[in-house]
Amino acid sequence: MKSASGTDKKLIGLFPDKGVLRWLVAVISSILILALNFFVHVSILKFIVSGSLQPLLLAIVAIIWGVVGVYSLHHSLNFCVSLYPYEWSQRLQHLIFIGPAITLLIWLLLLPALRTFRLSFLDKLGETFVGLENYKYVFTERTMVLALQNTVIWVIVGTLSCVSLGLLIAILADRSSYEKIAKIFIFMPIAVSFVAASVIWKFIYAYSPTSDTQIGLLNAINTAMGGEPKAWLTMMQPWNNYFLMAILVWMMTGFAMVMFSAAIKNVPDESIEAARVDGASEIKIFFAIIIPYIKKTILAVTTSITIFSMRVFDAVWVMTGGQYGTDVIATKFYKEYFTFNNSGTGSAIAMLLLVAIIPVIIMNINQGKEEEY
Amino acid sequence: MTSKNKGKLIVNIVLGLICFIWFIPSLGLLISSFKSADDITNVPWWNSLPHKAYVTNEVIQLPEDLSLKEDIVIDGRVYQDAQLRNGVKIEGDRLLTWENRNKRQVGIQEKEWSIHKNYTLDNYEQVIAGRSVTITDGEGNERKVQGSGLGKAFVNSLAVTVPGTIIPLVLATFTAYGLAWTKFKGKKIVFSIIVILLVFPTQVAMVPVYRDFVSLGIAGTYLSVWLAHAAFGLPLLTFFMYNHVRQLPKSIFESAFLDGATHFMIFMRLVVPLSIPAALSIGIFQFNWVWNDYLINLIFLGGMGDNEVLPMRLATMIGARGENWHLLTSGSIISMLLPLTIFFLMQKYFVKGMLGGSVKG
Repeated sequence: MKSASGTDKKLIGLFPDKGVLRWLVAVISSILILALNFFVHVSILKFIVSGSLQPLLLAIVAIIWGVVGVYSLHHSLNFCVSLYPYEWSQRLQHLIFIGPAITLLIWLLLLPALRTFRLSFLDKLGETFVGLENYKYVFTERTMVLALQNTVIWVIVGTLSCVSLGLLIAILADRSSYEKIAKIFIFMPIAVSFVAASVIWKFIYAYSPTSDTQIGLLNAINTAMGGEPKAWLTMMQPWNNYFLMAILVWMMTGFAMVMFSAAIKNVPDESIEAARVDGASEIKIFFAIIIPYIKKTILAVTTSITIFSMRVFDAVWVMTGGQYGTDVIATKFYKEYFTFNNSGTGSAIAMLLLVAIIPVIIMNINQGKEEEY
Repeated sequence: MTSKNKGKLIVNIVLGLICFIWFIPSLGLLISSFKSADDITNVPWWNSLPHKAYVTNEVIQLPEDLSLKEDIVIDGRVYQDAQLRNGVKIEGDRLLTWENRNKRQVGIQEKEWSIHKNYTLDNYEQVIAGRSVTITDGEGNERKVQGSGLGKAFVNSLAVTVPGTIIPLVLATFTAYGLAWTKFKGKKIVFSIIVILLVFPTQVAMVPVYRDFVSLGIAGTYLSVWLAHAAFGLPLLTFFMYNHVRQLPKSIFESAFLDGATHFMIFMRLVVPLSIPAALSIGIFQFNWVWNDYLINLIFLGGMGDNEVLPMRLATMIGARGENWHLLTSGSIISMLLPLTIFFLMQKYFVKGMLGGSVKG
């Protein structure tokens, strides 16, 4: 490390720390280096976009480019900065580290959000100002209202089920003799995509006419108990929404369980033992000691699953396409934008999602402040 | 003492039941994926588990020229063709049914423990294949069928996911260091922006970004999804890496500075090696997220193209081929292979990443 810094110093030492010459050298080399970087990366981009490579080869090229490119970019920027007079090079130092990411975030998240905000007040094509028309549509149109209602049900029922089941399983696992294996079973679905999970559950809800063999588990149980086979996802409105929610519960309960499990492990054994000695029942211990202790985790899990279920798309889209009264906000968003090409209403729906999440954002900021200072 | 043991027994049983319920859906998928197309729709998958079913014990040969339109006499009783097709219950809880209707063979079946025994790898072969594949069916006939091209989608998924993980991870580590160990004005603002963006619904940004990509001429290319996944994943990855990097002991930085090291050198030689476990955890989270994502890939890659990734390909198969269960089941299994392998091999990191990713919206 010493030798490297030595050569750097020697190089810079050729010029005095202050003065026009130093600035001239620094600015000119910065421009040259930035231009070179720009040229090289744009050429690589063009090559990648040209599509002349096989996907696998392309991935390899991209990885090398991603790692080597980011490294060389940072390295050359670092060199640029070191050319400036000491005081300035200290001032510019952090830009090397946070500059690229911040650029990306502003370009691809912050500015687009503002543009979406603007589009939500414009018409279908994004040309004429229509005031609050799009928002009026979002809150009054029949299918939109249904989608909003469904999303509220998803959030409430889905989240409550995941959190309570996760908590129950975490407690049971903690007291069982095979905790680790049990957790694997419950947690595994989280590695599965919603689309694959939909195939799995389509199989459970499969329906064949009365005379045929039922290959869907639910209908097999139903007919074995003397019922008629039912088309769970289409004819059973509004219950089909709950059958779709089962997929979310199946996938996200494991996440809640793992979070709770970790939190429960931190509850001091002494307080539980002391309560037991005092003759408190297990249920009382649970509500009086464990729950207050893991309150923060419960809040965190609840918010993340709430956000997750608020934006659920894949399961509904793949299972029913939002038909049969199963539309939710995210499927309506997709339909408005890409099926009806209406950027106004689509943007209004997106803004609605953002507004719904604002309380969580405020909570996160406050929490960050607490930890920070 | 005994009541305590009893309690534990109940806990074990209830938990076992829950685990069983949780596992049933996956088990059904796994078993079905190895069954032929006909078997999937005619034999429920749970017949692959031991169960009581009618098994032929005795075959009665009727005269081969017997007319099926007339009464059929067996053991002095009269049956109709339709009855025998559905099976008739006779004394001793036995079932009388056609064994081979054309050869006029009637089977007498008895309830016995049995298990479905016909499995095949053809589904996988067909679902992976690109153009056409030769499948040998139950009677030994060979036929050509159209493949589903999932092999290609798998490669595409890799091409999207690996850079979609590495690029934001590298950027996030740099940013985390900049936030944690360099001094500059406006740090609080930058940090607040990242925290705000943590739970940002991507829907808010998707369409304007898509339009930018169209005007840059990169819409529908891998590059566009890499950028999208990088940007959308960046706040979380940065936040996670920041929490790790800032907890590194201050003393190592101080002694490095005293030795005259620059920030860049410290970053490359100290921070990166010390951050590998953390990067692995959150990297696995991002990998899983991108691999399983449907909406972002759908919007930025566009449907039905040559570069469809696994979830898109699967979703198209569900839409287009409705009830082609043998392909859907094997296809789903293929799409889960990689995330599940990572899950089982690197469980510790996987769980850590998931917990760290809990703030993601």
